[in-house]
Amino acid sequence: MRPQSIGQIALIAAALAYLFGVYFASSPVWMGFTINALIVAVVALSWNITGGFGGLSSFGHAALYGTGAYASAILQVKYGVNAWVGFGAGILAGALMGVFIGALAFRYGLRGSYFALVTLAFAEVLRICASSFDFTGGGSGLQLTLAPGVANLQFNDRTIAYTALLVVVAVVMGLTAFIKYSRFGAYLIAVRENEDAARALGIDTYKIKVQAMAISGAFGGLAGVLYLQLWLFIDSNVVYGSAVSIEALIGPIIGGAGTIWGPLLGTLGLHLLGEGAKHLLPNAPGLNFVLYAIVLICALRFLPNGLVGLAGKLGTFKKKEDDNA
Amino acid sequence: MSSLIFPAVLSGLMMGAVYALVALGLTLIYGVLHIINFAHGSLLMLALYSVYFLYTYFGVDPYLAIPIVLPAFFALGYVLQRGLIAPMSSGSEQNVLLITLAASMIIDNLALYFWTSNTRTADIAYAYDTVEILGAYLPLGRVIAFGAALAVAPLLWCFMAYTRTGSAIRAVAIEKRGAELVGIDVNHTYAVCFGIGTACVALAACLLLPTFYITPQVGYTFVLVAFTTVVLGGMGSLLGALVAGLLLGVIESLCGLFLGESLGQIGIFLAFILILLFKPSGLLGRART
Repeated sequence: MRPQSIGQIALIAAALAYLFGVYFASSPVWMGFTINALIVAVVALSWNITGGFGGLSSFGHAALYGTGAYASAILQVKYGVNAWVGFGAGILAGALMGVFIGALAFRYGLRGSYFALVTLAFAEVLRICASSFDFTGGGSGLQLTLAPGVANLQFNDRTIAYTALLVVVAVVMGLTAFIKYSRFGAYLIAVRENEDAARALGIDTYKIKVQAMAISGAFGGLAGVLYLQLWLFIDSNVVYGSAVSIEALIGPIIGGAGTIWGPLLGTLGLHLLGEGAKHLLPNAPGLNFVLYAIVLICALRFLPNGLVGLAGKLGTFKKKEDDNA
Repeated sequence: MSSLIFPAVLSGLMMGAVYALVALGLTLIYGVLHIINFAHGSLLMLALYSVYFLYTYFGVDPYLAIPIVLPAFFALGYVLQRGLIAPMSSGSEQNVLLITLAASMIIDNLALYFWTSNTRTADIAYAYDTVEILGAYLPLGRVIAFGAALAVAPLLWCFMAYTRTGSAIRAVAIEKRGAELVGIDVNHTYAVCFGIGTACVALAACLLLPTFYITPQVGYTFVLVAFTTVVLGGMGSLLGALVAGLLLGVIESLCGLFLGESLGQIGIFLAFILILLFKPSGLLGRART
């Protein structure tokens, strides 16, 4: 994951400086806001595995996020299971949901727009189910009992929660880098570039895509569990809503899909923009999404490789074959 | 229970006709431009608000608003395709999907800002007069919508089959470069097609308003149902969209009857997933590879 240019180093350094600066911010608002952004960054990193490396654009990553959150919440609330076990179970449930959706969708060769639509439909079915059954708390959602302490994965101190979240994001990015430079990552990128050619070379593309969905599902489930442990409350619209699916794909596309830093940079940038707009126009719900959409349109038109790609062109060291960070 | 099934099927057919009308626009756009228009539901929401404001501020009856709203939304669709989608997408399928998604985010959230999330209804008394059909009582507004939607599908088909513009649209859909070579303005034809698709949505809004509610989120519900209808009917097939819309209306109505109101839409989405998985070419579509 060597940066390729001065621009990329500057971009990454700015993000790190911001994340470090939050510790010393005068107002606790900054930390609360950045915690939210980091949770979204984990979903964005989850989307990046399938959407970025695999070229499988999902429009329903809420299906994975929500399943992780609900699995952990149901175990904790209905069965009194320990939060750490719930944490693991949430990740596992996300991965299983990823395998389920992937296995069904790829068995019938769904690609492109069809894959986007089927993932969207899965998220919507799960949302309606979660809001209708008593098992999932129905319309009123599920609330964890407040019991601060490491044993219950609940943190009263925001600074500790923030640090833990930074560690999680770093681990997920580390895993992303590992995947990208592994044999599996090369196969996945080959599937994105030309699936038929990849199959002709003997790659089991079906297996690779389902595995990618499993990893993406694990990351997505992880993000859902993180949300649950920080807010102690979930309902069907919060975790299975379309806003989650949209945020999952918009960050990586603006930051740079299929890169290691792109999802984090894109998500942080968008959230800073949205937060700034909120201060300028305080009584405008949904204004941040209008801004995200405008940035998305501009990025699609002018930044084919996202922020990372743009920064890669500023002050290049020397010619490289691969211009991704 | 069996005495409830027949009225439920009828009322499902009434709603299904409106689904079909919304889906006609979507399938036309898909069939010609090969793009999935995420903003379709948002445009419906926008049309519903337009008809609503025409009614509340100017006293224009929703049915009389058709000659005002239809051309206006044709123009809106034309401009949207020519001014935003075509220049910004650089021709890639995924980019088009994302651009229309962005357009729907902008429209939905601006509506939320300007018109708040309050649910509104236009209280048009005569729309709830009941009509007796084979022993079942149905609101007049729904029956009119049913009849109008059923009439539009063959009209649209005739337009495509017998007019010069219709021929141009079909030519561009089949062979873009060939159409260009014989002198058809492809960009103009694409935009006209997008405009017609949007006009279908405006018509649906005029028919829907008398018996339906409006919120800024209403489009999202409809766009998912419309996707299902289009996929079920076979992407790009006008007749397929009509049949599929009616079928889905009945499925929703029966699921609502047997599983409870809140689960009515589950049937639609399960049908969607099953079709996408087992027969993505749809009921009446040609096989795609």
